[in-house]
Amino acid sequence: MNVLLDNLPLFREGFIGTLSLTAASALIALVLGVVIAGCRVSPIPPLRWFGAAWVTLLRNTPLVLLFVVAFFILPKVLFPGMSPYVLAVLALSFYTSSFVCEAVRSGINTVDVGQAEAARSLGMTFTQTLSLIVLPQATRTVIAPMSSIMIALTKNSAIAGAFSNAELFGTQKDLSDMGYNILFVFFWIAVAFLIITFSISGLFRLLERKLGVAR
Amino acid sequence: MTPMGEVSVTKDAAGAADPLVVLDNVNKHFGALHVLQDIDMTVAKGEVVVVIGPSGSGKSTLCRTINRLETIDSGRIEIDGKPLPEEGRELAKLRADVGMVFQSFNLFAHKTVLENVTLGQTKVRRKSKAAADERARELLDRVGVGAQADKFPAQLSGGQQQRVAIARALAMEPKVMLFDEPTSALDPEMINEVLEVMQQLAREGMTMVVVTHEMGFAKSAANRVIFMADGKIVEEATPDQFFSNPRSDRAKDFLSKILQH
Repeated sequence: MNVLLDNLPLFREGFIGTLSLTAASALIALVLGVVIAGCRVSPIPPLRWFGAAWVTLLRNTPLVLLFVVAFFILPKVLFPGMSPYVLAVLALSFYTSSFVCEAVRSGINTVDVGQAEAARSLGMTFTQTLSLIVLPQATRTVIAPMSSIMIALTKNSAIAGAFSNAELFGTQKDLSDMGYNILFVFFWIAVAFLIITFSISGLFRLLERKLGVAR
Repeated sequence: MTPMGEVSVTKDAAGAADPLVVLDNVNKHFGALHVLQDIDMTVAKGEVVVVIGPSGSGKSTLCRTINRLETIDSGRIEIDGKPLPEEGRELAKLRADVGMVFQSFNLFAHKTVLENVTLGQTKVRRKSKAAADERARELLDRVGVGAQADKFPAQLSGGQQQRVAIARALAMEPKVMLFDEPTSALDPEMINEVLEVMQQLAREGMTMVVVTHEMGFAKSAANRVIFMADGKIVEEATPDQFFSNPRSDRAKDFLSKILQH
Protein backbone atom coordinates (compact mmCIF):
# COMPACT_ATOMS: atom_id res chain seq x y z
CA MET A 1 0.00 0.00 0.00
CA ASN A 2 2.90 2.26 0.84
CA VAL A 3 4.24 2.12 -2.68
CA LEU A 4 1.04 3.65 -3.98
CA LEU A 5 0.49 6.28 -1.30
CA ASP A 6 4.12 7.40 -1.11
CA ASN A 7 4.35 7.82 -4.86
CA LEU A 8 0.89 9.03 -5.76
CA PRO A 9 2.14 11.86 -8.03
CA LEU A 10 4.33 9.40 -9.95
CA PHE A 11 1.43 6.98 -10.33
CA ARG A 12 -0.87 9.78 -11.38
CA GLU A 13 1.58 10.94 -14.01
CA GLY A 14 1.91 7.41 -15.34
CA PHE A 15 -1.83 6.83 -15.33
CA ILE A 16 -2.57 10.06 -17.14
CA GLY A 17 0.27 9.34 -19.56
CA THR A 18 -1.15 5.94 -20.48
CA LEU A 19 -4.67 7.33 -20.68
CA SER A 20 -3.67 10.19 -22.93
CA LEU A 21 -1.48 8.06 -25.22
CA THR A 22 -4.30 5.55 -25.55
CA ALA A 23 -7.03 8.12 -26.13
CA ALA A 24 -5.11 10.13 -28.72
CA SER A 25 -3.93 7.02 -30.58
CA ALA A 26 -7.41 5.47 -30.44
CA LEU A 27 -8.99 8.55 -31.97
CA ILE A 28 -6.48 8.79 -34.80
CA ALA A 29 -6.52 5.02 -35.37
CA LEU A 30 -10.33 5.02 -35.64
CA VAL A 31 -10.41 7.80 -38.19
CA LEU A 32 -7.49 6.42 -40.19
CA GLY A 33 -8.81 2.87 -39.97
CA VAL A 34 -12.23 3.82 -41.35
CA VAL A 35 -10.65 5.87 -44.14
CA ILE A 36 -8.28 3.04 -45.08
CA ALA A 37 -11.17 0.55 -44.98
CA GLY A 38 -12.97 2.90 -47.37
CA CYS A 39 -9.91 2.76 -49.63
CA ARG A 40 -9.88 -1.02 -49.52
CA VAL A 41 -13.46 -1.32 -50.79
CA SER A 42 -13.26 1.64 -53.18
CA PRO A 43 -13.96 1.23 -56.90
CA ILE A 44 -10.66 2.96 -57.69
CA PRO A 45 -7.84 0.38 -57.97
CA PRO A 46 -4.93 2.63 -56.81
CA LEU A 47 -6.83 3.41 -53.61
CA ARG A 48 -7.40 -0.30 -53.04
CA TRP A 49 -3.69 -0.98 -53.55
CA PHE A 50 -2.79 1.79 -51.14
CA GLY A 51 -5.16 0.38 -48.51
CA ALA A 52 -3.83 -3.14 -48.94
CA ALA A 53 -0.22 -1.93 -48.74
CA TRP A 54 -0.96 0.11 -45.61
CA VAL A 55 -2.51 -2.85 -43.81
CA THR A 56 0.08 -5.36 -44.96
CA LEU A 57 2.96 -3.17 -43.92
CA LEU A 58 1.69 -1.94 -40.56
CA ARG A 59 -0.11 -5.04 -39.39
CA ASN A 60 2.83 -7.32 -40.03
CA THR A 61 5.55 -5.18 -38.50
CA PRO A 62 6.46 -5.54 -34.82
CA LEU A 63 5.28 -2.47 -32.94
CA VAL A 64 8.72 -1.98 -31.38
CA LEU A 65 10.17 -1.74 -34.85
CA LEU A 66 7.61 0.96 -35.72
CA PHE A 67 8.67 2.83 -32.60
CA VAL A 68 12.30 2.61 -33.66
CA VAL A 69 11.40 3.94 -37.10
CA ALA A 70 9.29 6.72 -35.59
CA PHE A 71 11.95 7.82 -33.10
CA PHE A 72 15.18 7.33 -35.01
CA ILE A 73 14.39 7.45 -38.72
CA LEU A 74 11.30 9.64 -39.12
CA PRO A 75 12.87 12.74 -37.45
CA LYS A 76 15.97 12.43 -39.66
CA VAL A 77 14.08 12.05 -42.92
CA LEU A 78 10.92 14.09 -42.53
CA PHE A 79 10.04 16.21 -39.55
CA PRO A 80 12.74 16.87 -37.00
CA GLY A 81 11.84 18.09 -33.53
CA MET A 82 8.60 16.23 -32.86
CA SER A 83 8.04 15.44 -29.18
CA PRO A 84 8.33 11.85 -27.93
CA TYR A 85 4.61 11.99 -27.19
CA VAL A 86 3.67 12.83 -30.78
CA LEU A 87 6.06 10.20 -32.15
CA ALA A 88 4.64 7.56 -29.84
CA VAL A 89 1.06 8.47 -30.79
CA LEU A 90 2.02 8.25 -34.46
CA ALA A 91 3.55 4.79 -34.08
CA LEU A 92 0.66 3.50 -31.96
CA SER A 93 -2.12 4.96 -34.07
CA PHE A 94 -0.70 3.90 -37.44
CA TYR A 95 -0.12 0.39 -36.15
CA THR A 96 -3.60 0.16 -34.63
CA SER A 97 -5.28 1.70 -37.69
CA SER A 98 -4.41 -1.41 -39.71
CA PHE A 99 -6.33 -3.57 -37.25
CA VAL A 100 -9.22 -1.10 -37.11
CA CYS A 101 -9.32 -1.13 -40.90
CA GLU A 102 -9.63 -4.89 -41.07
CA ALA A 103 -12.32 -4.96 -38.38
CA VAL A 104 -14.29 -2.27 -40.24
CA ARG A 105 -13.82 -4.09 -43.53
CA SER A 106 -15.15 -7.32 -42.06
CA GLY A 107 -18.11 -5.29 -40.77
CA ILE A 108 -18.68 -3.86 -44.24
CA ASN A 109 -18.68 -7.38 -45.62
CA THR A 110 -21.49 -8.40 -43.29
CA VAL A 111 -23.81 -5.78 -44.81
CA ASP A 112 -25.86 -7.28 -47.62
CA VAL A 113 -24.58 -6.12 -51.03
CA GLY A 114 -28.18 -5.28 -51.91
CA GLN A 115 -27.99 -2.33 -49.52
CA ALA A 116 -25.11 -0.78 -51.45
CA GLU A 117 -26.72 -1.64 -54.78
CA ALA A 118 -29.93 0.09 -53.74
CA ALA A 119 -27.97 3.17 -52.67
CA ARG A 120 -26.03 3.23 -55.91
CA SER A 121 -29.19 2.75 -57.95
CA LEU A 122 -30.59 5.90 -56.32
CA GLY A 123 -27.58 7.82 -57.62
CA MET A 124 -25.57 8.02 -54.42
CA THR A 125 -21.84 8.39 -54.82
CA PHE A 126 -19.43 5.86 -53.37
CA THR A 127 -18.75 8.06 -50.35
CA GLN A 128 -22.46 8.60 -49.70
CA THR A 129 -23.20 4.90 -50.05
CA LEU A 130 -20.45 4.05 -47.61
CA SER A 131 -21.13 6.72 -45.02
CA LEU A 132 -24.95 6.83 -45.11
CA ILE A 133 -25.86 3.22 -45.79
CA VAL A 134 -23.07 0.70 -45.30
CA LEU A 135 -20.99 1.96 -42.38
CA PRO A 136 -23.94 2.68 -40.06
CA GLN A 137 -25.09 -0.90 -40.56
CA ALA A 138 -21.57 -2.27 -40.18
CA THR A 139 -21.04 -0.51 -36.85
CA ARG A 140 -22.90 -3.05 -34.77
CA THR A 141 -20.77 -5.96 -35.94
CA VAL A 142 -17.58 -3.99 -35.61
CA ILE A 143 -18.05 -3.05 -31.97
CA ALA A 144 -16.95 -6.33 -30.39
CA PRO A 145 -13.63 -6.66 -32.27
CA MET A 146 -13.07 -2.92 -31.88
CA SER A 147 -13.23 -3.30 -28.10
CA SER A 148 -10.44 -5.89 -28.25
CA ILE A 149 -8.35 -3.69 -30.50
CA MET A 150 -8.66 -0.74 -28.13
CA ILE A 151 -7.71 -2.87 -25.13
CA ALA A 152 -4.68 -4.17 -27.04
CA LEU A 153 -3.80 -0.57 -27.84
CA THR A 154 -3.90 0.34 -24.14
CA LYS A 155 -1.44 -2.40 -23.35
CA ASN A 156 0.70 -1.66 -26.41
CA SER A 157 1.09 1.91 -25.20
CA ALA A 158 3.45 0.51 -22.54
CA ILE A 159 6.13 0.39 -25.21
CA ALA A 160 6.07 4.19 -25.29
CA GLY A 161 7.47 4.09 -21.76
CA ALA A 162 10.71 2.75 -23.15
CA PHE A 163 10.80 5.69 -25.57
CA SER A 164 10.97 8.62 -23.16
CA ASN A 165 7.23 8.90 -22.49
CA ALA A 166 5.70 9.11 -19.04
CA GLU A 167 3.20 6.28 -18.71
CA LEU A 168 2.40 3.43 -16.34
CA PHE A 169 5.03 0.99 -17.44
CA GLY A 170 7.67 3.71 -17.11
CA THR A 171 6.36 4.41 -13.60
CA GLN A 172 6.91 0.75 -12.75
CA LYS A 173 10.50 0.94 -13.94
CA ASP A 174 11.20 4.08 -11.91
CA LEU A 175 9.73 2.58 -8.75
CA SER A 176 11.61 -0.68 -9.15
CA ASP A 177 14.81 1.30 -9.59
CA MET A 178 13.99 3.11 -6.35
CA GLY A 179 14.11 -0.24 -4.55
CA TYR A 180 10.42 -0.96 -3.89
CA ASN A 181 9.25 -4.54 -3.78
CA ILE A 182 8.54 -5.36 -7.39
CA LEU A 183 5.55 -7.52 -6.49
CA PHE A 184 3.63 -4.58 -5.01
CA VAL A 185 4.71 -2.24 -7.76
CA PHE A 186 3.44 -4.66 -10.38
CA PHE A 187 0.20 -5.13 -8.49
CA TRP A 188 -0.67 -1.43 -8.52
CA ILE A 189 0.43 -0.98 -12.12
CA ALA A 190 -1.78 -3.91 -13.10
CA VAL A 191 -4.72 -2.38 -11.20
CA ALA A 192 -4.21 0.90 -13.04
CA PHE A 193 -4.19 -0.87 -16.42
CA LEU A 194 -7.29 -2.84 -15.45
CA ILE A 195 -9.14 0.37 -14.60
CA ILE A 196 -8.52 1.62 -18.13
CA THR A 197 -9.23 -1.63 -19.94
CA PHE A 198 -12.37 -2.36 -17.93
CA SER A 199 -13.63 1.13 -18.70
CA ILE A 200 -13.03 0.50 -22.38
CA SER A 201 -14.88 -2.82 -22.43
CA GLY A 202 -17.68 -1.29 -20.37
CA LEU A 203 -18.00 1.60 -22.81
CA PHE A 204 -18.15 -0.75 -25.77
CA ARG A 205 -20.70 -2.99 -24.08
CA LEU A 206 -22.85 0.08 -23.53
CA LEU A 207 -22.48 1.03 -27.21
CA GLU A 208 -23.38 -2.48 -28.27
CA ARG A 209 -26.57 -2.36 -26.24
CA LYS A 210 -27.48 1.12 -27.51
CA LEU A 211 -26.98 0.21 -31.14
CA GLY A 212 -28.79 -3.07 -30.65
CA VAL A 213 -32.02 -1.20 -30.02
CA ALA A 214 -32.03 1.06 -33.04
CA ARG A 215 -33.43 -0.84 -36.04
CA MET B 1 -52.46 -10.17 -86.51
CA THR B 2 -49.79 -11.58 -88.74
CA PRO B 3 -46.67 -13.04 -87.21
CA MET B 4 -43.66 -10.85 -87.65
CA GLY B 5 -40.22 -11.97 -88.74
CA GLU B 6 -38.07 -12.85 -85.78
CA VAL B 7 -35.16 -10.58 -86.52
CA SER B 8 -37.10 -7.56 -87.63
CA VAL B 9 -39.26 -7.35 -84.53
CA THR B 10 -37.14 -4.75 -82.80
CA LYS B 11 -37.58 -2.42 -85.71
CA ASP B 12 -41.37 -2.66 -85.93
CA ALA B 13 -41.86 -2.52 -82.21
CA ALA B 14 -44.08 0.22 -80.89
CA GLY B 15 -42.71 3.74 -80.74
CA ALA B 16 -39.09 2.89 -81.57
CA ALA B 17 -38.96 6.39 -82.99
CA ASP B 18 -38.39 7.83 -79.51
CA PRO B 19 -35.86 5.51 -77.89
CA LEU B 20 -35.06 5.94 -74.21
CA VAL B 21 -32.97 2.87 -73.55
CA VAL B 22 -30.81 1.41 -76.29
CA LEU B 23 -28.64 -1.67 -76.00
CA ASP B 24 -26.47 -2.29 -78.99
CA ASN B 25 -24.58 -5.55 -79.46
CA VAL B 26 -24.04 -6.01 -75.72
CA ASN B 27 -21.91 -8.93 -74.54
CA LYS B 28 -21.04 -10.08 -71.07
CA HIS B 29 -19.27 -13.08 -69.59
CA PHE B 30 -19.22 -14.49 -66.08
CA GLY B 31 -15.95 -16.40 -66.36
CA ALA B 32 -16.48 -18.95 -69.10
CA LEU B 33 -20.24 -18.37 -69.16
CA HIS B 34 -21.42 -16.08 -71.95
CA VAL B 35 -24.44 -14.62 -70.11
CA LEU B 36 -25.34 -11.90 -72.60
CA GLN B 37 -24.78 -12.61 -76.27
CA ASP B 38 -25.09 -9.85 -78.84
CA ILE B 39 -28.06 -8.23 -77.16
CA ASP B 40 -29.85 -5.55 -79.18
CA MET B 41 -32.78 -3.94 -77.48
CA THR B 42 -34.60 -0.65 -77.66
CA VAL B 43 -37.14 0.67 -75.21
CA ALA B 44 -39.16 3.63 -76.33
CA LYS B 45 -40.46 6.38 -74.08
CA GLY B 46 -43.61 5.26 -72.31
CA GLU B 47 -43.17 1.67 -73.35
CA VAL B 48 -43.52 -1.27 -71.00
CA VAL B 49 -41.21 -4.11 -71.93
CA VAL B 50 -41.46 -7.39 -70.08
CA VAL B 51 -38.50 -9.72 -70.20
CA ILE B 52 -39.26 -13.37 -69.54
CA GLY B 53 -37.35 -16.59 -69.86
CA PRO B 54 -36.08 -19.56 -67.92
CA SER B 55 -33.75 -19.15 -64.93
CA GLY B 56 -30.18 -18.49 -65.92
CA SER B 57 -31.21 -17.05 -69.27
CA GLY B 58 -29.51 -13.75 -68.47
CA LYS B 59 -32.64 -11.63 -68.04
CA SER B 60 -31.73 -10.30 -64.60
CA THR B 61 -28.21 -9.56 -65.76
CA LEU B 62 -29.65 -7.73 -68.74
CA CYS B 63 -31.78 -5.59 -66.43
CA ARG B 64 -28.83 -4.82 -64.17
CA THR B 65 -26.56 -3.76 -67.02
CA ILE B 66 -28.95 -0.91 -67.87
CA ASN B 67 -27.86 1.09 -64.80
CA ARG B 68 -24.44 -0.50 -64.75
CA LEU B 69 -24.85 -2.54 -61.60
CA GLU B 70 -23.30 -5.09 -63.94
CA THR B 71 -20.58 -3.96 -66.29
CA ILE B 72 -20.52 -5.21 -69.84
CA ASP B 73 -17.60 -6.60 -71.82
CA SER B 74 -18.49 -5.08 -75.16
CA GLY B 75 -21.27 -3.23 -76.90
CA ARG B 76 -23.00 0.03 -76.15
CA ILE B 77 -25.77 1.12 -73.80
CA GLU B 78 -27.46 4.49 -74.16
CA ILE B 79 -30.01 6.10 -71.95
CA ASP B 80 -31.91 9.08 -73.29
CA GLY B 81 -29.33 9.50 -76.02
CA LYS B 82 -26.31 9.44 -73.73
CA PRO B 83 -23.93 6.50 -73.43
CA LEU B 84 -23.56 4.99 -69.95
CA PRO B 85 -20.62 6.71 -68.23
CA GLU B 86 -17.81 4.92 -66.45
CA GLU B 87 -17.83 4.60 -62.65
CA GLY B 88 -17.94 7.98 -60.89
CA ARG B 89 -20.10 11.05 -60.46
CA GLU B 90 -21.48 10.99 -64.00
CA LEU B 91 -22.69 7.45 -63.50
CA ALA B 92 -24.26 8.36 -60.16
CA LYS B 93 -26.11 11.21 -61.85
CA LEU B 94 -27.42 8.89 -64.52
CA ARG B 95 -28.50 6.26 -62.02
CA ALA B 96 -30.62 8.86 -60.26
CA ASP B 97 -32.69 8.99 -63.47
CA VAL B 98 -33.07 5.22 -63.64
CA GLY B 99 -35.26 3.74 -60.92
CA MET B 100 -34.56 0.20 -59.85
CA VAL B 101 -36.67 -2.27 -57.91
CA PHE B 102 -34.95 -5.41 -56.68
CA GLN B 103 -36.17 -8.93 -56.06
CA SER B 104 -35.11 -8.71 -52.40
CA PHE B 105 -36.48 -5.14 -51.89
CA ASN B 106 -33.17 -3.88 -50.45
CA LEU B 107 -34.79 -1.21 -48.32
CA PHE B 108 -32.24 0.50 -46.07
CA ALA B 109 -32.60 -1.59 -42.92
CA HIS B 110 -31.45 1.11 -40.50
CA LYS B 111 -33.80 3.80 -41.83
CA THR B 112 -37.53 4.19 -41.39
CA VAL B 113 -39.86 3.75 -44.33
CA LEU B 114 -40.17 7.52 -44.68
CA GLU B 115 -36.40 8.03 -44.52
CA ASN B 116 -35.97 5.35 -47.17
CA VAL B 117 -38.06 7.44 -49.53
CA THR B 118 -36.58 10.83 -48.60
CA LEU B 119 -32.88 9.91 -48.50
CA GLY B 120 -32.31 9.95 -52.26
CA GLN B 121 -34.29 13.17 -52.64
CA THR B 122 -32.27 15.06 -50.03
CA LYS B 123 -28.82 13.58 -50.61
CA VAL B 124 -28.88 13.16 -54.39
CA ARG B 125 -31.52 15.61 -55.62
CA ARG B 126 -30.61 18.11 -52.87
CA LYS B 127 -34.25 18.82 -52.08
CA SER B 128 -35.18 20.37 -48.76
CA LYS B 129 -36.25 17.99 -46.04
CA ALA B 130 -39.77 19.42 -45.96
CA ALA B 131 -40.27 19.03 -49.70
CA ALA B 132 -38.82 15.53 -49.64
CA ASP B 133 -41.05 14.52 -46.73
CA GLU B 134 -44.13 15.82 -48.48
CA ARG B 135 -43.31 14.03 -51.71
CA ALA B 136 -42.46 10.83 -49.83
CA ARG B 137 -45.77 10.78 -47.94
CA GLU B 138 -47.65 11.41 -51.17
CA LEU B 139 -45.89 8.48 -52.85
CA LEU B 140 -46.30 6.19 -49.85
CA ASP B 141 -50.04 6.97 -49.87
CA ARG B 142 -50.16 6.26 -53.56
CA VAL B 143 -48.67 2.78 -53.14
CA GLY B 144 -50.87 2.22 -50.11
CA VAL B 145 -48.36 2.15 -47.27
CA GLY B 146 -48.78 5.70 -45.97
CA ALA B 147 -49.70 4.41 -42.52
CA GLN B 148 -46.37 2.60 -42.18
CA ALA B 149 -44.18 5.66 -42.74
CA ASP B 150 -42.52 5.64 -39.32
CA LYS B 151 -41.85 1.91 -39.10
CA PHE B 152 -38.63 0.15 -39.97
CA PRO B 153 -38.61 -2.06 -43.09
CA ALA B 154 -38.29 -5.27 -41.08
CA GLN B 155 -41.66 -4.53 -39.45
CA LEU B 156 -43.43 -4.62 -42.84
CA SER B 157 -44.66 -7.54 -44.91
CA GLY B 158 -42.82 -8.39 -48.11
CA GLY B 159 -45.50 -6.85 -50.27
CA GLN B 160 -45.45 -3.64 -48.26
CA GLN B 161 -41.66 -3.51 -48.42
CA GLN B 162 -41.67 -3.91 -52.16
CA ARG B 163 -44.23 -1.13 -52.53
CA VAL B 164 -42.02 1.12 -50.39
CA ALA B 165 -39.12 0.20 -52.67
CA ILE B 166 -41.19 1.30 -55.66
CA ALA B 167 -42.01 4.58 -53.91
CA ARG B 168 -38.33 5.07 -53.10
CA ALA B 169 -37.42 4.68 -56.76
CA LEU B 170 -40.28 6.92 -57.91
CA ALA B 171 -39.21 9.66 -55.50
CA MET B 172 -36.21 10.32 -57.74
CA GLU B 173 -38.58 11.07 -60.63
CA PRO B 174 -36.86 8.57 -62.88
CA LYS B 175 -37.10 8.52 -66.66
CA VAL B 176 -37.32 4.76 -66.67
CA MET B 177 -37.99 2.10 -64.06
CA LEU B 178 -36.22 -1.25 -63.98
CA PHE B 179 -37.91 -4.12 -62.15
CA ASP B 180 -35.71 -7.13 -61.46
CA GLU B 181 -38.13 -9.94 -60.58
CA PRO B 182 -40.06 -7.70 -58.19
CA THR B 183 -42.51 -10.39 -57.06
CA SER B 184 -40.30 -13.46 -56.98
CA ALA B 185 -39.53 -13.19 -53.28
CA LEU B 186 -43.12 -12.56 -52.25
CA ASP B 187 -45.73 -14.82 -50.73
CA PRO B 188 -48.47 -15.52 -53.29
CA GLU B 189 -51.10 -13.39 -51.56
CA MET B 190 -48.82 -10.34 -51.70
CA ILE B 191 -47.94 -10.55 -55.36
CA ASN B 192 -51.09 -8.82 -56.54
CA GLU B 193 -50.72 -5.73 -54.38
CA VAL B 194 -47.32 -5.12 -55.95
CA LEU B 195 -48.48 -5.92 -59.48
CA GLU B 196 -51.38 -3.50 -59.08
CA VAL B 197 -49.00 -0.68 -58.27
CA MET B 198 -46.95 -1.62 -61.32
CA GLN B 199 -50.07 -1.79 -63.51
CA GLN B 200 -51.02 1.68 -62.36
CA LEU B 201 -47.54 2.98 -63.18
CA ALA B 202 -47.74 1.44 -66.62
CA ARG B 203 -51.10 3.07 -67.23
CA GLU B 204 -49.67 6.42 -66.23
CA GLY B 205 -47.14 6.11 -69.00
CA MET B 206 -43.97 5.25 -67.09
CA THR B 207 -41.28 3.65 -69.20
CA MET B 208 -40.65 0.25 -67.67
CA VAL B 209 -38.39 -2.74 -68.15
CA VAL B 210 -39.77 -5.61 -66.11
CA VAL B 211 -38.06 -8.93 -65.60
CA THR B 212 -40.71 -11.25 -64.24
CA HIS B 213 -42.29 -14.67 -64.15
CA GLU B 214 -45.75 -13.15 -63.87
CA MET B 215 -47.28 -14.03 -67.22
CA GLY B 216 -50.53 -12.34 -66.23
CA PHE B 217 -48.72 -9.03 -65.83
CA ALA B 218 -46.95 -9.55 -69.14
CA LYS B 219 -50.26 -10.16 -70.89
CA SER B 220 -52.09 -7.24 -69.39
CA ALA B 221 -49.49 -4.50 -69.01
CA ALA B 222 -46.72 -5.11 -71.54
CA ASN B 223 -46.45 -3.38 -74.88
CA ARG B 224 -43.84 -5.90 -75.83
CA VAL B 225 -42.51 -9.19 -74.53
CA ILE B 226 -38.87 -10.17 -74.87
CA PHE B 227 -38.14 -13.83 -74.46
CA MET B 228 -34.60 -14.71 -73.46
CA ALA B 229 -32.87 -18.05 -73.27
CA ASP B 230 -29.21 -18.95 -72.84
CA GLY B 231 -28.05 -15.36 -72.95
CA LYS B 232 -29.80 -14.49 -76.19
CA ILE B 233 -32.97 -12.67 -77.11
CA VAL B 234 -34.84 -15.47 -78.80
CA GLU B 235 -38.10 -13.78 -79.54
CA GLU B 236 -39.67 -10.35 -79.34
CA ALA B 237 -43.36 -9.76 -79.90
CA THR B 238 -46.52 -8.19 -78.57
CA PRO B 239 -47.95 -10.17 -75.64
CA ASP B 240 -50.88 -11.39 -77.75
CA GLN B 241 -48.61 -12.75 -80.43
CA PHE B 242 -46.14 -14.22 -78.00
CA PHE B 243 -48.57 -16.08 -75.80
CA SER B 244 -51.00 -17.24 -78.48
CA ASN B 245 -48.57 -17.92 -81.25
CA PRO B 246 -44.92 -18.18 -80.22
CA ARG B 247 -42.63 -18.71 -83.18
CA SER B 248 -39.47 -20.20 -81.72
CA ASP B 249 -39.36 -23.77 -80.41
CA ARG B 250 -37.58 -22.52 -77.30
CA ALA B 251 -40.47 -20.19 -76.45
CA LYS B 252 -43.08 -22.85 -77.25
CA ASP B 253 -41.27 -25.25 -74.95
CA PHE B 254 -41.03 -22.64 -72.19
CA LEU B 255 -44.69 -21.65 -72.44
CA SER B 256 -45.89 -25.24 -72.52
CA LYS B 257 -44.05 -25.85 -69.27
CA ILE B 258 -45.37 -22.85 -67.40
CA LEU B 259 -48.90 -22.66 -68.76
CA GLN B 260 -49.68 -26.34 -68.20
CA HIS B 261 -50.99 -26.00 -64.66
